[in-house]
Amino acid sequence: MLLIEIKGITFQAGDKNILDDFSMTIENSEVHALLGTNGTGKSTLAYLVMGCEGYRPTAGEIVFDGKMINDLKIHERASLGITMAWQEPVRFEGISVRDYLTLNNKDINPAHYIEMVGLHSELYLHRMVDKSLSGGERKRIELASILALHPKLAILDEPDSGIDMLSTQDIVNVINAFKEHGSSVLLITHREEIVIIADKASQICNGKVVCSGSPAKVAEYYKSRKCLVCSGEVCAYV
Amino acid sequence: MSELNALMKVFGEAGGDKAILENNEIAHLVASGHKLLSMNSVAGFEVDAKETRTGISAKVTVKEGIKIKNPVHLCFGVLHKKGTQKIKMDVRLEKNASAHFIAHCIFPNAEKVRHIMDAVVEIGEGAEMRYSETHYHGLYGGIEVVPKAVVRIANNGRYFADFTLTTGRVGTLDIDYSVEAGENAVTELTARVFGHANDDIKIKERVALKGKNSRSIIKSRVAIEDDAHAEVTGITEGNAEGARGHVDCMEIVKDRAVAKAVPIVNVTNPLAKVTHEAAIGSVDKRQMETLMAHGLTPEEAVDVIVKGILK
Ligand SMILES: Nc1ncnc2c1ncn2[C@@H]1O[C@H](COP(=O)(O)OP(=O)(O)OP(=O)(O)O)[C@@H](O)[C@H]1O
Ligand SMILES: [Mg+2]
Repeated sequence: MLLIEIKGITFQAGDKNILDDFSMTIENSEVHALLGTNGTGKSTLAYLVMGCEGYRPTAGEIVFDGKMINDLKIHERASLGITMAWQEPVRFEGISVRDYLTLNNKDINPAHYIEMVGLHSELYLHRMVDKSLSGGERKRIELASILALHPKLAILDEPDSGIDMLSTQDIVNVINAFKEHGSSVLLITHREEIVIIADKASQICNGKVVCSGSPAKVAEYYKSRKCLVCSGEVCAYV
Repeated sequence: MSELNALMKVFGEAGGDKAILENNEIAHLVASGHKLLSMNSVAGFEVDAKETRTGISAKVTVKEGIKIKNPVHLCFGVLHKKGTQKIKMDVRLEKNASAHFIAHCIFPNAEKVRHIMDAVVEIGEGAEMRYSETHYHGLYGGIEVVPKAVVRIANNGRYFADFTLTTGRVGTLDIDYSVEAGENAVTELTARVFGHANDDIKIKERVALKGKNSRSIIKSRVAIEDDAHAEVTGITEGNAEGARGHVDCMEIVKDRAVAKAVPIVNVTNPLAKVTHEAAIGSVDKRQMETLMAHGLTPEEAVDVIVKGILK
């Protein structure tokens, strides 16, 4: 069953089409990795799907669970089951990790989710989600909070950035946990060892998906720097 | 009901613990209007309090080397709709003494009430004082709160003060704190205020870092909505070698509210360093979006952010 269908969306910033007739689909419980060099529009796609302010496609449709969501606001999309972990999670003054994880549901056990992202709950639940957390700690706490939401679609924008190399397995575990909960994941990443655990992968270039299929194949394709669509001028390959 | 019981009832409703008054190991002073209702002292803690025509005048001394274990509770209130309460406090911590004061200021029914606090605080060498003042106001906004304090900290002394007014209407608030810090002295001033309707908030805090290696931070967190006004002035003077000061002011503005921040930095010694940051604006967009992506409505998100900042 299709969970989300992104149908030919175009998005402009300045005078540049960041996304240009971009299409992709994600099935229920599918982990779909999105690869692409810096500045190809991965985060932009994430904002468009989440419905962030100022991010509305100028053409095309985003269909979630059979419903066109182009005009819905973030919280309306969240109530349908879409959520997102930003590439750079924001900090909050005066909100503890415990409060942060239970914002929307007081009945969950926050410790369980903190442990799932490789942190000791007794050391972190009372901490503040503020500047005092390290970058990697903040990212992990964001992942825990997204897990606790049990979303239908989790958009993870580089969940591995800022996470030390030895802890890649923690991220793999988190992604598997989403799958086990029946969540779909739009997984934006630059790390091959993360890509290969996805069910499917797509490569974005010049505003479009240029290659889609098995993660191993797409990763190989990405590394070999072949490009089907790019004119070569705009292509970010160097 | 006696006046004391009436005051304690409101205190309890505001989350206070009434058992404090019955515990003879906890020093306290309770005044309603210009009446002294209850008082207790502990060893090493001297209080000389008397009623004046419009309020209370109290002289408090913590003797040399005495560390008061339990926080000292000060409870000042006006339960009537109208009235004036003028509190004159003279607090002295002798050498190496330490004490934590918690002041509860209760004005639940104020339609035209003035609460004036005039404090002179002397912190002796190596002494440490914490002072937390929390206000519980009603919904009428007819109150004027004017706290003034002049604090002198001797060498190696420490002073931590925080002021919280986040329950009920602020009314008119005019804080004026001035601190002079000696060698190695540490000062932390924190104010948290939530203004509504046509509340008018003025906060002026000044720290003069006169002694070598003295340190200070002035932190203010203000949220205002409707037609409220706020003006926060943080003044730090770096007058000695190694002095370090920081002013950190954040004001969140909603509706038609108007906020102003005036950080004043005055350095007269090239080896002193004072920094400041001030952020005024509506609620941070990224914070809002993150909370909304977590399923909160925009209203709930603002609420969570503002409560966090004022905590
Ligand atoms: N408001 C804007 N105005 C102009 N250009 C913009 C704007 N927002 C984004 N861009 C550009 O759009 C492109 C895509 O940005 P985006 O953040 O989506 O890239 P990305 O694929 O996530 O990159 P990275 O791998 O570095 O995270 C970039 O070239 C960026 O500079
Ligand atoms: Mg990005």
